Amino acid sequence: METISRKDADRLAIRDRLKSFVRRVIPGGWWERENGEKRSSRYARLWRFTVLITAGVSVTPLIIITIYDYYQYREAFRQEMMYPILRLTSTMKHSMEFFLEERRSALAYIIEDKSFDELADQEILARILRNMKNTFGGFVDVGLIDSTGKQRTYVGPYELQGMNYQEQDWFNEVKLRGAYVSDVFMGYRKFPHFVVAVKHERQNGDFYVLRATIDTKVFNHQIYSLGLRPASDAFIINDKGIFQTASRFHGNVLTPAPIPVPPYSNRPEVVEEYDGSGNPYVLGYAYIDQSPFIFVVVKGPEDLMENWLGLRRRMFGFLAISVGIILLLIMGTSSYLVSRIRDADLRQAKALHHIQYSNKMASIGRLAAGVAHEVNNPLAIINEKAGLAKDLIALSNGFPQREKFEKLMDSILASVTRCSTITHRLLGFAKRMDVKTEKIDLEALIQEVLGFVEKEAGYRNIAVSVRSDNTLPSIESDRGQLQQVFLNIINNAIEELEGGGQIDILLREQDQETVEITISDNGRGIPEEHLHHIFEPFFTTKKDYGTGLGLSITYGIMEKLGGGISVRSKVGQGTSFIVALPIRKPPL
Amino acid sequence: MKNHLRVLVIDDEEELVSALVERMMLRSIDAYGAITAREALRKLQEEDIDVVVLDVKMPGMDGLELLKKIKVKHPLVQVILLTGRGSEKECEVGLAEGAFDYLIKPIDIEELIGRMKLAANS
Repeated sequence: METISRKDADRLAIRDRLKSFVRRVIPGGWWERENGEKRSSRYARLWRFTVLITAGVSVTPLIIITIYDYYQYREAFRQEMMYPILRLTSTMKHSMEFFLEERRSALAYIIEDKSFDELADQEILARILRNMKNTFGGFVDVGLIDSTGKQRTYVGPYELQGMNYQEQDWFNEVKLRGAYVSDVFMGYRKFPHFVVAVKHERQNGDFYVLRATIDTKVFNHQIYSLGLRPASDAFIINDKGIFQTASRFHGNVLTPAPIPVPPYSNRPEVVEEYDGSGNPYVLGYAYIDQSPFIFVVVKGPEDLMENWLGLRRRMFGFLAISVGIILLLIMGTSSYLVSRIRDADLRQAKALHHIQYSNKMASIGRLAAGVAHEVNNPLAIINEKAGLAKDLIALSNGFPQREKFEKLMDSILASVTRCSTITHRLLGFAKRMDVKTEKIDLEALIQEVLGFVEKEAGYRNIAVSVRSDNTLPSIESDRGQLQQVFLNIINNAIEELEGGGQIDILLREQDQETVEITISDNGRGIPEEHLHHIFEPFFTTKKDYGTGLGLSITYGIMEKLGGGISVRSKVGQGTSFIVALPIRKPPL
Repeated sequence: MKNHLRVLVIDDEEELVSALVERMMLRSIDAYGAITAREALRKLQEEDIDVVVLDVKMPGMDGLELLKKIKVKHPLVQVILLTGRGSEKECEVGLAEGAFDYLIKPIDIEELIGRMKLAANS
């Protein structure tokens, strides 16, 4: 046995609810068949048109405004984001330039203030270094170099006394320009530092140079004090792209920086760049005057974009939700309106068909009544003349072939009775147009209806049987309408039985209030997928001549009469229509 | 109880009237025929008629009107109406106007005579 767990049942219920919701928003079933090809009906087209136009008109401005806002906000954010970086870069440029200038000035002051001989005195130079260390900080050593490049005096931690710098670039540089700041390099004690040197020219044209080494710890300290966010990075590179201070992410001192050397500018600059993976980052930089140093700040996307991305997410989220709600509403409203139009059309078509049908039936009814009346009189004459002839034969003794004549007369009279039945039936048909409730013997009514189709059924080799409960009560209903109902169903059954077959009509009392009439055929049967639509207007499987209204009218009549009609069918086995009728006329 | 019925058959179909009259005569009934209202009224004046067999549908004069006239002039005469199928309603009206009974054409002569006798004796 199949058992459905509670969870499954819940899921099924949710699925059903979802389905019905979707059907309300996107209605199905608006398809029609033409030449066996499925295509959308004009209702589906109307729906699509309405949805497209309305959605276009309402959603397009929303999207345009959002896109406009997007660019506006992005620009504002960009400006807002870049300004602090620019300020930071600018501050750093000034403070580094000031730092270098201060040290250069200190050396310049010393070299101007002291004579060569004083500076060549080891003790005096040592005192000077001590004073420099105490006053300015950052100095590691100091040395006096004469114009031949020879280090005449040296005070500091290294053994550089007597060193000759004649061939070194920096010496030539300072000789040429009067002052010099070197790149960062590793000294003998393996820590990064750089050199500041100044030149003093004597009146005799000779010169000497005061050279001091400065620890880059000062720079590190300055960068550290910027208080950068974890995703940001700041460092100093030289004009060849070599790190002069360590970078948080990109490498250590004296390793090549992975970013290209930014183009020279005498002002601090902020530019947007993209890294190898296409992620944006903002680069702030400043060339430090009279030094090979470039201060660089890199801000990653997370840092800059956090607010912007949040806003963008909210903006597009809001847009998506709005558009979704608008579309749902538009689709729902359109579905509602179009189905109302469709319902109205169906009602109108049904009413029109009903009127046409009624008119046709009324004309046929009038014709039938006229014919019946006209035929009645000559029939009465034939009846009486034949009767008279029979009388005369009976009265005259020795009438030749009396028995044969009497039989002939009886035959004529029987034919008159048959004719009379036909006119009666015609009049009954005419009367169908009158709507009234009367007591009806259902079995007699079925026989009457069968009277209309017995010839047709005979031609098609169809056997019809009627079985009935003995206790079947007569019911209160509308005779004409019932005739139409049964005629419709029986005609359908006859059409179904193309190569002959059997129609069984079973009448029984279902309960104290209802009788049930089952009309079964053993024809081809109706496929399951058609079974659901069989009472719908305009549904037909008879391609050329069916209007698709017969069973829908039947259904309508049954509803009007307070009864019901249902169908059971199995392909290859046959179809049963079950008609339930109230025994007493239902209150209107 | 009268042994001898006198009957007037009124119908616009002469053939029908003549046949009916003859068949009644064969059954020893004094039968007369009339095919117009005027003729019928004259016959009623001339003869002592017990029962009138009257077709409700006649050209010229409506059977029901003739019935009224007969009932006014000869209240004792019983009237049996004849009608075709589908005109039962008019016969119901006729019954209310004083007709004794009605029959639907084509009729069975024996049944008609039975009804006539009933009418004459009521």
